[in-house]
Amino acid sequence: MGMGDARQVIAKRAALEVKDGMVVNLGIGIPSLVPDYLDPSIRVFFQAENGILGMGPTPTKNPDGNLSNAAGYPVSILPGGSYFDSAIAFGMIRRGCIDVSILGALQVSQQGDLANWIVPGKRVPGVGGAMELAYGARNLIALMTHCEKDGSPKIMKKCTLPITTYNCVKHIITEMAVFTVGDKLRLDEVMEGFSVQDIRNHTEADFELSEALGKN
Amino acid sequence: MNPFDKVTDYDKVRSLFFDGMTLLFGGFGGVGTPPGLVDCLIDSGVKDVNLIGNDAGFPWVGMGKFVCLERAKSLIASHIGSNPVAGELMNQGKLKVEFCPQGILVERLRSGGVGLNGFLTEIGRGTKLEYEKPIVTINGKEYMYEAPITGDFGIVFAKKADTFGNLIFDKTARNTNPFVAMAARTTIVEAEEIVPMGELDPEAIIVPGIYVKHIVPSKGYNWKWVWEMPDKSSRNAPPSK
Repeated sequence: MGMGDARQVIAKRAALEVKDGMVVNLGIGIPSLVPDYLDPSIRVFFQAENGILGMGPTPTKNPDGNLSNAAGYPVSILPGGSYFDSAIAFGMIRRGCIDVSILGALQVSQQGDLANWIVPGKRVPGVGGAMELAYGARNLIALMTHCEKDGSPKIMKKCTLPITTYNCVKHIITEMAVFTVGDKLRLDEVMEGFSVQDIRNHTEADFELSEALGKN
Repeated sequence: MNPFDKVTDYDKVRSLFFDGMTLLFGGFGGVGTPPGLVDCLIDSGVKDVNLIGNDAGFPWVGMGKFVCLERAKSLIASHIGSNPVAGELMNQGKLKVEFCPQGILVERLRSGGVGLNGFLTEIGRGTKLEYEKPIVTINGKEYMYEAPITGDFGIVFAKKADTFGNLIFDKTARNTNPFVAMAARTTIVEAEEIVPMGELDPEAIIVPGIYVKHIVPSKGYNWKWVWEMPDKSSRNAPPSK
């Protein structure tokens, strides 16, 4: 599976976690692809930390430089939407008003530790709003390809990259698997084309099988 | 002279800036960063500037234009990912970067802007972003102390200002601007429209003019947004010095 295909598979599966009536914050990268796969019959409010609640799709004409998402790309606002400053944007995030936050990840540990802000000496993106989204969201879903390009694992016993937030991730979705973080890491779903053994071969973390998978 | 008329010109603003100053700036990825005041800062020739703002913009957008000139000494920001030049300068030791979680940075500005002495949070606890921040234990739980931020100057981009400096913003260009306006000792506003006092609806004013010292007129953004640049290879080119 190519990297592009993997990203689409991950986004499509993540879209199933978004339910009618939710307030959702999407990070940059793979999470930004999730809206393409949402069931059109559900109503969702997207929050963007640069100051919008009720963010709508990319406008088909007349994009406005002052109406953008957190990545700086033009968006629109839906009926009932609002604009606000950065203090309110993060106030609602820390306070727990966001039902689900979907973030990209570089590594996740079996305890739900998230690493997604820096690869020392290589990538220096900075933490942005990720620490607060990870802290405040009622449900935090981490999306990433299952392995690095060189095949090394990203779901770890312990993250080797600097931590964004400890014990925050509730679900991990990759192109191979869906995991839930609880007292132990649990494999809930095996994606099409893969086996439990494939996942064992490409995962450093210890995990148990869900009841449904254990029966197989 | 009307003491409530704060409208001035860029020459006056340029003469205020000095080497080693601390400059707070509004904006989020350049959206809401005052383009005329960034150019005014560049033209002023000042160096060793300590910058505080949400991010390092893009190399050709927002405060990124100034960062690329290597005249900033330090930067407190939540991320610099959209400006690879900032990352290079950081790795070369030419720019001291302190990362601060985005909303915490805003609250530090707010704290400075409302006369408080900082606040406690557990966000960032145990991570590299703890830096040397004091740890406070209350009821057995540990928190980090976050200090308030103030600065010599704050530069702000508003949609509308009256001559007293009452401000109204535009959509997602509001972002950190109100807190930069409140936290700086001398706040300079670039406004797309300047109207006489009495023209703005008092209910609609986001920042009261008491926080504002100088107002200059804007000609609007003078950079292209990333989505207006289909040629990705040209995007990371820094401006010429």
